[in-house]
Amino acid sequence: MTVTAVDPALFTSLDPPRLAGSRCAACGTVTFPAQAGCARCARQDMAAVELADRGTLWTWTVQAFEPKAPYRVPEGGFTPYGVGYVDLGEVIIEARILGDPAGFEIGLPMRLTLLPLWPGPDGSPVVTYAFQPAGEGV
Amino acid sequence: MSSTSDQVSIVGVGLHPFGRHDPALTGMAMGAQASRLALADAGVSWADIGYAVGGSNVSGKPDTLVSVLGLTGVPFVNVRNGCATAGVALATAANAIRAGETDLALAVGFDKHARGAFAASPADYGHADWYGETGLMITTQFFAMKDRRYLHAHGLNDRLLAQVAAKAFRCGELNPDAWRRKALSEDEIMRARVINPPLTQYMLCSPSEGAAAVVLARSDRAADLCERPVRLAAVAKRTRRFGSFEVFAPWLPPEAGQSPSVDAARAVFAAAGLAPSDVQVAQLQDTDAGAEIYHMAETGLCEDGAQQQLIEENETAPTGRLPVNTDGGCLANGEPVGASGLRQVIDIVLQLQGRAGARRWVSRTCTARPASARARS
Repeated sequence: MTVTAVDPALFTSLDPPRLAGSRCAACGTVTFPAQAGCARCARQDMAAVELADRGTLWTWTVQAFEPKAPYRVPEGGFTPYGVGYVDLGEVIIEARILGDPAGFEIGLPMRLTLLPLWPGPDGSPVVTYAFQPAGEGV
Repeated sequence: MSSTSDQVSIVGVGLHPFGRHDPALTGMAMGAQASRLALADAGVSWADIGYAVGGSNVSGKPDTLVSVLGLTGVPFVNVRNGCATAGVALATAANAIRAGETDLALAVGFDKHARGAFAASPADYGHADWYGETGLMITTQFFAMKDRRYLHAHGLNDRLLAQVAAKAFRCGELNPDAWRRKALSEDEIMRARVINPPLTQYMLCSPSEGAAAVVLARSDRAADLCERPVRLAAVAKRTRRFGSFEVFAPWLPPEAGQSPSVDAARAVFAAAGLAPSDVQVAQLQDTDAGAEIYHMAETGLCEDGAQQQLIEENETAPTGRLPVNTDGGCLANGEPVGASGLRQVIDIVLQLQGRAGARRWVSRTCTARPASARARS
């Protein structure tokens, strides 16, 4: 099925899902999303880089209450969702975390996936990136 | 040390209690009341103030307070620096005295927030819309994730969060100005509604309403105005450095960096000529219970991981060796963002002046030396 990225700048590819970051040519710092300047050495020499699609859970929580806007409530209504940071080696990124929180623990192997958010103008799902425990799902 | 002519002392304090008030009572009206209370406490009038600084995040332009306090022509600077707003107001007013612009200054902060967690605009923080829309840009998530990481890294258990909150409400019970004045057991706190695990509703401070103000004087004039002036030994402020884990960060580098609280604490102790071991009563930002725990270490008051024993043995209670947030902190007072830092300062002033009532810190050391320069012996 065709899907649309919530922001095309986040991805190098949707099938399979891969994330777009940037790497500083001077000091090697990797950022996500891509940015124009380096947060570490302040130089303006960033190159596009595709991020690893596997990592480990660095910290996590559950969003148990419905956030105010600009959060967009899904069509079926709010349900609590997992949030965490995933350590990809070169960079640690914040992400929605899928799966049962009862199984979440720091260090858990994770892999990248897509999360449908809401229908786009043409009816196809708008998606964002998410991580799920590496042993779960398809 | 510098001479007393460029030192600054607090000679008056005023607090409009934090909490939930009449919907018609504006943040600015609370700011005016706190200002008048501080002026009265110092025994001076608004016309005596030669420089004023005001802070508010959401409740209007503080300098318009001149229309109700009096159109004296006083220079009045507005500051808006998030949770640091009131601290920056204090620093700016103190610097005006040090720079010789005035002998007497007022710093005030106020805010009146809507109920519930703050909603932030991604654009205001340099992020694209997806970050807010997909539900990643929520302050309480960050508090929970930073706490979990810190507790994990230093071998502390989640129950410590409940112990910090229980201490906050015990202090609130003793503080007639506190918003939450009912003591809660650790079990009640642990079993309360989960907001963002490991945090339950009582482990997070709520946005609230209130105002706080202080009158500052050149230290060589302070004794004329105040029986027990409290010298402001130093103020330092910092922003984050590379690798620090702070709010609204879509990514972090794998190399950890130290928090701005570490940098600011080192700078302020160096400027004051004091060490963390000299501190006998402290206020630490406790936006959530975990923040109080890691700020204890980030300010140098204890080693990372040492909090478990200090907190379990009640050493951070008013009767302990290192009392922290004796007025109940943000947890028992809520946070009107623009006022909160001055509430913290006022609690310390009242403690050092012996005016803190039932929550009074119990000194275990000789008190022959001036309050602001006591060293633990």
